[in-house]
Amino acid sequence: MRKCSLEKINEIFAAIAKNAALYLPVDRTDGSAAYKKWEEGTVWSNALNTVRSPKDFFFPQTEDLMRFKTKGKTVQLEDIRTEAEAFVVFGVRACDVKSFDILDRVFLTEPADSFYANRRNHGVIVSLACTRPVETCFCKTFGIDPSAPAGDISAWKTESDIFFEANTEKGKALLHTLSELTEECDDGAVAEQKAKINAVMEKLPLKDLSTKGFGGGKTAELFDAPEWDELSSACLGCGTCTFVCPTCQCYDIKDFNTGNGVIRFRCWDSCMYSDFTKMAHGNNRLTQKERFRQRFMHKLVYYPENNDGLFSCVGCGRCLAKCPISMNIVKVMKKIGGNKGE
Amino acid sequence: MQKITREQLIAKASELLSNGTVSQVLGWGKGEFDYDVTPTLFSSAEELENGFVFNDFCGANFSKYLVSKAAKADGKLLVFLKPCDTYSFNQLLTEHRFDREKVYAVGIPCEGMADISKVKAISGDGIASINADGDNLVVTTLYEDAPITIATKDVLAERCINCKSKKHVAYDELMGEEGEVLASNRFDEVARLEAMTADERFAFWQNELSRCIRCNACRDACPACTCEKCVFDNPNSGVENKSPANEFEEKLFHIIRAYHVAGRCTDCGECSRVCPQNIPLHLLNRKFIKDINEFYGEYQAGEEVDSRAPLVNYTTEDLEPGEVFDRGDNNA
Repeated sequence: MRKCSLEKINEIFAAIAKNAALYLPVDRTDGSAAYKKWEEGTVWSNALNTVRSPKDFFFPQTEDLMRFKTKGKTVQLEDIRTEAEAFVVFGVRACDVKSFDILDRVFLTEPADSFYANRRNHGVIVSLACTRPVETCFCKTFGIDPSAPAGDISAWKTESDIFFEANTEKGKALLHTLSELTEECDDGAVAEQKAKINAVMEKLPLKDLSTKGFGGGKTAELFDAPEWDELSSACLGCGTCTFVCPTCQCYDIKDFNTGNGVIRFRCWDSCMYSDFTKMAHGNNRLTQKERFRQRFMHKLVYYPENNDGLFSCVGCGRCLAKCPISMNIVKVMKKIGGNKGE
Repeated sequence: MQKITREQLIAKASELLSNGTVSQVLGWGKGEFDYDVTPTLFSSAEELENGFVFNDFCGANFSKYLVSKAAKADGKLLVFLKPCDTYSFNQLLTEHRFDREKVYAVGIPCEGMADISKVKAISGDGIASINADGDNLVVTTLYEDAPITIATKDVLAERCINCKSKKHVAYDELMGEEGEVLASNRFDEVARLEAMTADERFAFWQNELSRCIRCNACRDACPACTCEKCVFDNPNSGVENKSPANEFEEKLFHIIRAYHVAGRCTDCGECSRVCPQNIPLHLLNRKFIKDINEFYGEYQAGEEVDSRAPLVNYTTEDLEPGEVFDRGDNNA
């Protein structure tokens, strides 16, 4: 483990930015935080979470896939893929780091998504242990320890210092470039920090939320639960929950006719939208209840069924904070499944 | 603290349920925390007792729900309306968007609703509880040993600081005292934007709108947006899109939407309340309202049912397009 005084944090950032684009949470004018590219003078935010999750770095909201042109009876394809820039995402919380595992299983399983893989290969994740979990946090429900975030490098921040531990080859290589700015240390301060965080975790209102009653094999039991009517009743059908979610991964592929050829692009889709997965025969989810149910069944039943029991929620709490009508996965889990009546 | 209490509202709703006036109640449902309420349908006194809340975080405007919920209700639907909600109620009636006979509207007084992000900015986050105590909110957090007392007026939502009316313009029954239309300062921020140079104003909106994630929450919460199929959701419309095409493309969506609701927007402020990216969308609508007031005389959408809105009502006194053009030039 290596440490560095927080007074020198800008030197750390400058050293990282010398070799790669560095992104970190920055406070915005509206009072929340967002990942921004670091440049001299950028101030690292203390915010627990950004409104948008760091999944954007690997799976951006929209990206062009290819271009093509038709000439008579021939189609000319243009492969527009380029090598991604080398980049470092700094300050990713444990919940968000876990979301990359969930996305990896979708995008890197053969046939792998080359756009996602390209960015994943070129990105280095420096995580950050939480110092101030809040009432909307429930990462522990999904077995995540906010005091021990994964990532290529794990970091811990105390009042005065920042501590780094490399977990992967990529992480070791990056930490090596910081060796002049950091010094070797024991893990005493970090252990103390971990204990502090875990003490707060015990006070969180959602600490007892359980996944029991959910998981693979529960489709028949939960699909027709009568509670879906009431749960979805106030849903506006907007895409807020899906777009701030670090694990929502559905996308649409569309063609844009430029007048001089076609750009095929993909963009995030939302199961809350009325034309989600629209097919030639029409739409297979005609009501908001069905669309609403899809989101939670996907996260709590279908995904774990296909991924060794791994749930596709990390408890980051963004949907709790942002849903216009305050309906969310916690309320769903408390109404159906094993938390019923608790 | 609100002048009307949860208990009074439950008593009223239970009475109307038991005497058969209504079959269901559209009210605020209890959340996980003291501030996250969900619009909820209640069918019995027992359900109300278990889940109904009324506090300083009941900002959601229920009027739009009447479009979908009143049609489905077996009998009449009871809806509680704050003064600002009644303007949307009238506007929707003017547009024939719900059946008035299916609704029993109870007007309730409102002291202004709190904005949880403003509370957190003072108390710090990690909210454990929030309770109203007179003119204050008493907040406990996971991090402070002692409760934090915050004056409610310091954490009011923007739309409540600039409240345009405490008067109900529609109801079947009124609880509490009727209020007055207020002299609000709601156009001050618009005037500030108008006073900017075109470049400054562009930079202002670029900063704000570049945050848009195109979740459509503003549209979906908006009582003036009740098209059954929005062009932006219709794959056959040619303009459907699910994400921003570039960093500032959103000006198109938001400006088109503002035009579409111009003259119909009551300035309820739901768009800005629900925006996950804190974009002050209400300022676009207020600019239209301010212009309409200046061009055609004072007009408040929703003040009356079936009023002739200036934008769809030709009079010989209407100003000429050239006058609008000159005015724009002078403000450039």
